[in-house]
Amino acid sequence: MAYSEKLLDHFKHPKNVGTLDKTKSNVGTGLVGAPECGDVMRLQIEVDEASGMITDAKFKTFGCGSAIASSSLATEWIKGKTVDEALAIDNMEIVEELALPPVKIHCSVLAEDAIKGAIKDYKAKNGLQD
Amino acid sequence: MNERKIYFDNNSTTPADPRVVEKMVPFFYQIPGNAASRNHPFGWEAEEAVDIARQNIADLIEVDPKEIIFTSGATESDNLALKGVFEMYSRKGNHIITLKTEHKAVLDSCKKIEKMGGEVTYLDVESDGLVDLGKLEAAIKENTILVSIMWANNETGVIQPMKAIGEICEKHGVLFMSDATQAVGKIPTNPKEHGIHLMAFTSHKMYGPKGVGALFVNRKNPRVKVTSQVDGGGHERGMRSGTLNVPGIVGFGEAAKICKAEMATEAERLRKMRDRLEQSLSSQLEEVYINGNVDHRMPHVTNISFKHVEGEGLMMTFNQNLAVSSGSACTSASLEPSYVLVALGLGDDLAHSSIRFSLGRFNTEEEIDITIDALVKGVNHMRDLSPIWEMYKEGVDLESVVWQEH
Repeated sequence: MAYSEKLLDHFKHPKNVGTLDKTKSNVGTGLVGAPECGDVMRLQIEVDEASGMITDAKFKTFGCGSAIASSSLATEWIKGKTVDEALAIDNMEIVEELALPPVKIHCSVLAEDAIKGAIKDYKAKNGLQD
Repeated sequence: MNERKIYFDNNSTTPADPRVVEKMVPFFYQIPGNAASRNHPFGWEAEEAVDIARQNIADLIEVDPKEIIFTSGATESDNLALKGVFEMYSRKGNHIITLKTEHKAVLDSCKKIEKMGGEVTYLDVESDGLVDLGKLEAAIKENTILVSIMWANNETGVIQPMKAIGEICEKHGVLFMSDATQAVGKIPTNPKEHGIHLMAFTSHKMYGPKGVGALFVNRKNPRVKVTSQVDGGGHERGMRSGTLNVPGIVGFGEAAKICKAEMATEAERLRKMRDRLEQSLSSQLEEVYINGNVDHRMPHVTNISFKHVEGEGLMMTFNQNLAVSSGSACTSASLEPSYVLVALGLGDDLAHSSIRFSLGRFNTEEEIDITIDALVKGVNHMRDLSPIWEMYKEGVDLESVVWQEH
């Protein structure tokens, strides 16, 4: 199975790898997947509370190349977006951008779920409506 | 790593030895006969070539050439042995015993047999991959006709106690069949010394061509028969019809001859390389687990789990220059990891983290060096990216985390 150049680039040179301080009130963490399933994705966002803008995003992923590339791309896309704009990202946009083969579509679903999980955590911490 | 391609997937298939190919070539056009053509020299020459090959293969496993039935490969041999015995011995009983870690060719044949009215017991293995002989013996019943246990496992290389299994089968008067695909040509595999009545193996795992295999069928004490599964001209003593693949068989025979001559030195060379690979990875990386019994194992195989690193992702770090195999599910459409590793009680997470290295005749020490380097870099890269490695390092009990399975 041949992977797209974009996917390989995100895999070899992943963007925004790392950890944000989850104890900060303006940091939201989404942890999705399970080791038993072969994928665990942790995506974190730091939000500027005044503007609702995502100022930083970091990820770490245990999984195949497609899962790593999907999470790397997701962090790139949500940086600079508002929380509401980030919520609108659909997994199929990730599938198209990375040309994921059908067996890897679940990796994009996981990335979308990780974004939503991080935003949900941020909102819960700040008493905002989900 | 550099752009050189390294092949450590010899359990999937071996490259054909150039000496084998050289022997085969004339049989594609200079000697084109059908080995079943009894009335002209073209047929005679082909038949003679098949006889020589059959002798070489029989010599490799130390049996009579009349006990070798040519097939298209080990999958067909497994099908013929299992279904053929089930049909032939239906008056004696309908129960077959096998292992959960067998190859799909055995397991799926058994499933078909169940649909045909047979009864199959799929035994668990111990955590080191070995069958428990007590459990095996306890599973034998009045209606048991056959025990089917592989000689060496394709994923872990674990070698079953064939002689002891043969003795149990002898004691209870049941037939013993073995899928010896991964063992023949690499370690001594004399079926008669081990009480084996049927043994399946194939050419392309021992440096011969693909598309040709064999089934050993014991001829004396007891005389074993199988009902043919491919009907037609009555070739191969009526057990497998179909024009013989003469070039393939010639190659298979030559491959067997070379394996017999070089087996001892080659096994020792590969064992040293494999052990060095294991030792280097274990000393340079944390949380490295070798899967399966290390004392009863093929010399050229190692199956290693790198904890908290997903196998297919790790393979991508090799930039497609290193061919290995992973027990991770990500390469398949299902999300289930290797059933063989799961049967060892490994836990899905370690199964997802496994890599199988299977060394072969054309691998070199230098390739081991390059591989060690690539693995250490790759595992470290993947662990830097892994949230569960970070959690593990922080002392989080991963068992207590509530995961969101998807």
